[in-house]
Amino acid sequence: MLSRVAVGLRPSVRDVVGQRVAGKIQNELHLPVTAVAMIRIFTIAGLTDAEIAAVIDAGVLHDVVVQTASAAPLTPQGDPADWVIEVGFRPGVTDNEARTAKEAIALALGLDDARRKELAVYTAVQYHICGLPDRDSAAHVALDLLANDLLQRHEIKSRDEWAAVPGFPARAAKVTGKADSTVTVPDLFNMTEEQMQALSNERTLALSLDEWWAIRGYFGLPGFKLRRVSWGLIHNPTDVELECLAQTWSEHCKHKIFSAAITYRDEEAGTEEDIVSLYKSYIQRSTADIRAALGERDFCLSVFSDNAGVVRFTEELNLCIKVETHNSPSALDPYGGALTGIVGVNRDPMGTGIGANLLCNTDVFCFASPFFKGQLPPRLLHPRRVLEGVREGVEHGGNKSGVPTVNGSIVFDERYLGKPLVFCGTVGMLPAVINGKPSHYKKALPGDYIVMVGGRVGKDGIHGATFSSEELHEGSPATAVQIGDPITQRRMYDCLMRARDLGLYNAITDNGAGGLSSSVGEMAQDAGGCELYLDRVPLKYDGLVPWEIFTSEAQERMTLAVPPDKFAEFMALAKEMGVEATELGNYTNSGYLRVYYGQRTVAYIDMDFLHNGTPRMALAATWKRPVIARTEPVLPAGGHGALLKTMLGRLNICSKEYVVRQYDHEVKGGSAVKPLCGVRRDGPSDGGVLRPVLSRSEGVALTHGICPRYADIDAYWMMAAAIDEAVRSAVAVGADPDRLAGVDNFCWCDPVESAKTPDGRYKLAQLVRANKALAHFCRAFMTPCVSGKDSMKNDYSGGGAKISIPPTVLFSVMGFVPDVAKVVTSDFKQPGDLVYVLGATAAELGASELADELGFTSPDVPQVEAVSARRRYKTLFAAIQAGLVSACHDCSDGGLAVALAEMAIGGRLGAELDCNAAPGAARLTDLELLYSESQSRLVVAVSPQHAAAFETLFTGQPIGRLGSVTQSPALTLRRGSVVLCDEPAEALAQAFKATLNW
Amino acid sequence: MPQVRTLVITGFGTNCEVESAHAARMAGSDVTDIVFFSDIVAGRTRIDAYNFLVFPGGFLDGDDLGAAQAAAVRWKHAATAAGEPLLDQLRTFFDAGGLILGICNGFQLLVKLGLLPALGGAYFARQVSLANNDSARFEDRWVALAANPASPCIFTKGLTLLDLPVRHGEGKLVPMEPAVLDELLASGAVALQYADPATGQITMEYPANPNGSPHAIAGLTDPTGRILGLMPHPEAFNHPTNHPGYTRGERPTLGTVLFENAVAHLRASA
Repeated sequence: MLSRVAVGLRPSVRDVVGQRVAGKIQNELHLPVTAVAMIRIFTIAGLTDAEIAAVIDAGVLHDVVVQTASAAPLTPQGDPADWVIEVGFRPGVTDNEARTAKEAIALALGLDDARRKELAVYTAVQYHICGLPDRDSAAHVALDLLANDLLQRHEIKSRDEWAAVPGFPARAAKVTGKADSTVTVPDLFNMTEEQMQALSNERTLALSLDEWWAIRGYFGLPGFKLRRVSWGLIHNPTDVELECLAQTWSEHCKHKIFSAAITYRDEEAGTEEDIVSLYKSYIQRSTADIRAALGERDFCLSVFSDNAGVVRFTEELNLCIKVETHNSPSALDPYGGALTGIVGVNRDPMGTGIGANLLCNTDVFCFASPFFKGQLPPRLLHPRRVLEGVREGVEHGGNKSGVPTVNGSIVFDERYLGKPLVFCGTVGMLPAVINGKPSHYKKALPGDYIVMVGGRVGKDGIHGATFSSEELHEGSPATAVQIGDPITQRRMYDCLMRARDLGLYNAITDNGAGGLSSSVGEMAQDAGGCELYLDRVPLKYDGLVPWEIFTSEAQERMTLAVPPDKFAEFMALAKEMGVEATELGNYTNSGYLRVYYGQRTVAYIDMDFLHNGTPRMALAATWKRPVIARTEPVLPAGGHGALLKTMLGRLNICSKEYVVRQYDHEVKGGSAVKPLCGVRRDGPSDGGVLRPVLSRSEGVALTHGICPRYADIDAYWMMAAAIDEAVRSAVAVGADPDRLAGVDNFCWCDPVESAKTPDGRYKLAQLVRANKALAHFCRAFMTPCVSGKDSMKNDYSGGGAKISIPPTVLFSVMGFVPDVAKVVTSDFKQPGDLVYVLGATAAELGASELADELGFTSPDVPQVEAVSARRRYKTLFAAIQAGLVSACHDCSDGGLAVALAEMAIGGRLGAELDCNAAPGAARLTDLELLYSESQSRLVVAVSPQHAAAFETLFTGQPIGRLGSVTQSPALTLRRGSVVLCDEPAEALAQAFKATLNW
Repeated sequence: MPQVRTLVITGFGTNCEVESAHAARMAGSDVTDIVFFSDIVAGRTRIDAYNFLVFPGGFLDGDDLGAAQAAAVRWKHAATAAGEPLLDQLRTFFDAGGLILGICNGFQLLVKLGLLPALGGAYFARQVSLANNDSARFEDRWVALAANPASPCIFTKGLTLLDLPVRHGEGKLVPMEPAVLDELLASGAVALQYADPATGQITMEYPANPNGSPHAIAGLTDPTGRILGLMPHPEAFNHPTNHPGYTRGERPTLGTVLFENAVAHLRASA
């Protein structure tokens, strides 16, 4: 029997959440709404009426001070609602509040295990809305704001319908499946190529014809048929084997484009070269060279091999970092996709080495304008909804996990309408030695138990890896989307960290893309094989067939190798801490991945073929420089002051305080530089700095660079600028330029030439050029990449349209700050402080913020001169260490004028500045001088007492003293005696803050 | 001198245990242990073996059902393997003169368990709650706090103004009945109030009052002054660089002073 408990606010309590929903309906959907009241619904199975009454009486599900609860429908006080919308989850979707409610009810009623098993809870929310005109507008609110139809159901009642019969019928979002051990065996040996491709599409396998032939070749090896029969299999691969191969070989997991053999023709230079693996040739090799050059000063410990890259921090502590993308799921369900993204990347450090403690997160998003007014292509969500969903997903994922979000940004470009980019990164801490062993080392041994820990397996997240290796289309599967559960993960994390310190396991990795097939497959590489029993895997509900169990990407799970002598102790600990742990088989040294369902063998694959059998792709790239006209910018009639305010309000420049404040950026107590700084705490910081160990003074700095617009001119300089921006931001807050570790995240549009992608050669050439720049500039800055990831199919097709994202690289930097007492922020501190520009400005307005604002074009993309930049950064670091710098700001989007304005905003102080003193000024027009996005520049404020020492340090380098900070609140920018702009800091602040002041 | 033994309880979504323990150690606590709720249930740790108990911030049970609501149910019904209710241990601890500090989510747990404000000595009866901020948002920002000189609170003794970060979505005080609010003010149960950073005067103005709490109430104490619950995070201001004005030369008193007062009290009460 199903019962319902409705929980509403007591009449004396204002419904602030309802008010916020009303505001969103008005602001985002432009519908008239006067009030929204919310009622929470718990649908409960397995309790008697008396027990329901007891739950209500005892205040188990509601707070008696604030709320009231009832077994009958509740109608909120006040004017009757014109429309009532109820939103609940579809069957199988993670319902975190229901999980908590079930535990609370079982505890409060003292239910035994049998009764607990029968107990089921499902949550829903009712919105009682006054003012909506008609049923269509109610449906619009339901579908386009309150519910995501992929994951949630909704029902609507009018005022009259509610008055006649209040409430909605009780519905259990229960998955009604039956246990099913079906294994299908497609007859691969008798298929045509068309049939193989059809099977690939039908099952979302994303296997190419070359890969199909490789699989046929492997299974068709002489004598193999007989061996398979002896293992209880027939000649053809089972669906378990096919799915396992497809997941393991997916672009997402195997990075096939980065491993491809590429013929690169540079038509500009008239050259052609063959490149075997971009990854090995540029990323891995540059890191290896840098490490060799660093010699004894090499701080890398484990790069590219584990879930996150590990570097030495102090003699006692190592840090590891990983940045992931979660683009495709976030396109379908922004909230669930982003939440899963952040809790998912948390598991990377958790599964690095023997397991790292989480330290902090960094999040960077790319969206189309939230003010987009055009027609949305089918299946795409409005960018404002994407932004809000992603923001909230990361808020819940980060805040509830207790991991501070210390760094991030949002980049806007219309092309991200096709696919938003959601980069989530996490830094972890590893005590250098744990139980007498180096902590970055782990190895599963033959005989160890395979133990899965954490959440259960459901149909959620099936085909995530292969799905994200395809473009987004109207029929993309909804099962690829799921909702994360930060608390189940937190409980697992607490338990695993204790197990780690007790030495209860030999190896650990996370269940991410590809699920068990991938995690067990990876760990079995150490031992040399495994035997896994799928029927032992705990399921959320019946109805999963073996291949689904094997490849489900259901969240909050880690896989461990537990030695037999620690097994009992490990299982007891997990039980005591309320964490589900299940033994699934053993690691072996047989050389094979053998998977059973009961007694039956359902997969038996050579480890070597599984991991190394992917055929190498052969691709062609052709670089031809795009022809971009040079048109002249014209200063708008309002003059420089008005233009500066317009620039400050642009989406890519404006304050992101709305988002930043909703992220906990100081939990763990080590915060030193926060995302916002200045006298009113609303100036932009260049990065985050925090103390990993509270009893010590060393800090870690987190910064990033991302410059996708430059790729429209040349992806080489896009990459160079991203690296330079990340490095100079780290130096700006006080990090040592000799101790920076980089992380590269490539998000590309499909670069493989095909009927769908006729310009594939050019897009691949852009990728080649970005890699060449990465190798060159990482070497030049002595900044090794320690981890990275790529996401290669960020295209959308639907409704006859194709949208490809601009080639985008996020370059993240983790830097070492010797003493947090010496950190620097960007805000002007004191009237009288002298203002310097470091580095030369050139006429580089190509793909700049100004070009977009004023609508002119230029091929002059900013270039990076790394030798002088590195010298500048090292000198600046010395100046900061000597305590000579009172403020320092990275000069990036919007150039010098925006950097100066942001420093004035932070300090709410003016400055009297002659821009002619900036190095390179003489050759530049006013607009070039103010808004060129020339790289490697910083603006620095120095107290007059330190001016001489500061200038001495920079002898022989491009440096200009523009003037000084003033008590007068106006930022005055002159060229000689001509005043270009004279604006009060407060007016600049208002312009900076107005755009996203939601 | 009596030993100060600090117990920091974590698990089920608590996440400020490390910095809370650090703050206690900085303040001079002799023994500082972080234990999981499950350790107490398993009987490995006894609450009454300590004299300073800290309920740190976090997201117990993900704030599902409202902040700390499910955790309050768990505390009410939990017993050790030997059958001893956990609340009995907590009572014994408190009756022996122990101090309790609840921070943010820990404060929410204390009010939901009825340990605060315990007006009229009615411990374990829920008299107030902490509901959604008026902004209906989680927010991280620094606020100024004024200590109430008329409060018996041991933790805030001698303090006037304090800068601390708030990081919560449910921090607005709601009384069971309007009269409760008057009694809070009259009895000195109000220990800390949000203040205008420029004037030091208590304020209802957003964002200086970040959540719209009536009478700008940020922290409550019990009639003995031995329990303090507050929404802001004193443990997050354990180092001068934590302060958002650090690079501007701002050097106010560290938030760890609340822990120092607790340690000093326990040392003095032989």
